[in-house]
Amino acid sequence: MLAVSTVVLAATALALVFFYAPIDADQGLSQKIFYIHVPIALTAYACFAWGAAKAFIHLWKRTPGADLESYSAIHQGVIFGALTLVTGSIWARISWGHWWSWSSNQLVTFLILFLFYSAYFMLRYSVEAGPARANMCAVYALFGVVLIPISWLSIRIANDYIHPTVFTTNGPQMSGSMFLAFCVSWAALLCLAGTMYRVELAGKRLDSSLRELRELLA
Amino acid sequence: MSASEKYVAAAYLVVFVAVLAWVAIIATKLARLEREAGELTELARRRADERSEEREKVSA
Repeated sequence: MLAVSTVVLAATALALVFFYAPIDADQGLSQKIFYIHVPIALTAYACFAWGAAKAFIHLWKRTPGADLESYSAIHQGVIFGALTLVTGSIWARISWGHWWSWSSNQLVTFLILFLFYSAYFMLRYSVEAGPARANMCAVYALFGVVLIPISWLSIRIANDYIHPTVFTTNGPQMSGSMFLAFCVSWAALLCLAGTMYRVELAGKRLDSSLRELRELLA
Repeated sequence: MSASEKYVAAAYLVVFVAVLAWVAIIATKLARLEREAGELTELARRRADERSEEREKVSA
């Protein structure tokens, strides 16, 4: 169901972005990257937050499988985070004339967030599987979630004029048709992330069950 | 094709290729899991056969 929703929403989003939403008067055609770059970034934040929530559940209630769910969500977050950086760089190249700007707080804090969660895998694979690893990873995932509001608010706090601010306290700074295209794109990417999360989780659970079965049969 | 068109196409293509790569990786992983499940089923079947043979010997 989620996979079907993803396909339908993605097709609708592409149609809205390229045939319905008007071409931006200021940036021209390159603004179309906004409809994929920003939803991907927001989806990455959502995945990291979901991973942290599952980590919290693991530490609080000791729910079986919460650790694996946290790991899968963070993995999706890193995939979407990498895509945010790549699509953002492409947009920066056409808009600013260079691939990256170290003076933009939004970019740097997002990179820190991405690197922080990329290091999560180094931690996970350097410790032997078991309750100790699950606890360590959960604590690490919870620490990282603090970076999400920092990354989100940095541009607003520091008056960053390089990276554009579309969502302000006065609401989205775009026309209704642009906002509709943006919302459908975001819904499509959230569904995609949800599908990927569920498929990956099913694969990991199956892998773990097979490993257990192999040990029992050995 | 203008420069803007090229960059927009590149941005969308990167996402498409990434999703495609993910699908390919998952497909490979599923194939491995399927193979492992098959091996384990075969192993379990052999064990069950051995056990039934032993039972037959004991009863004989």
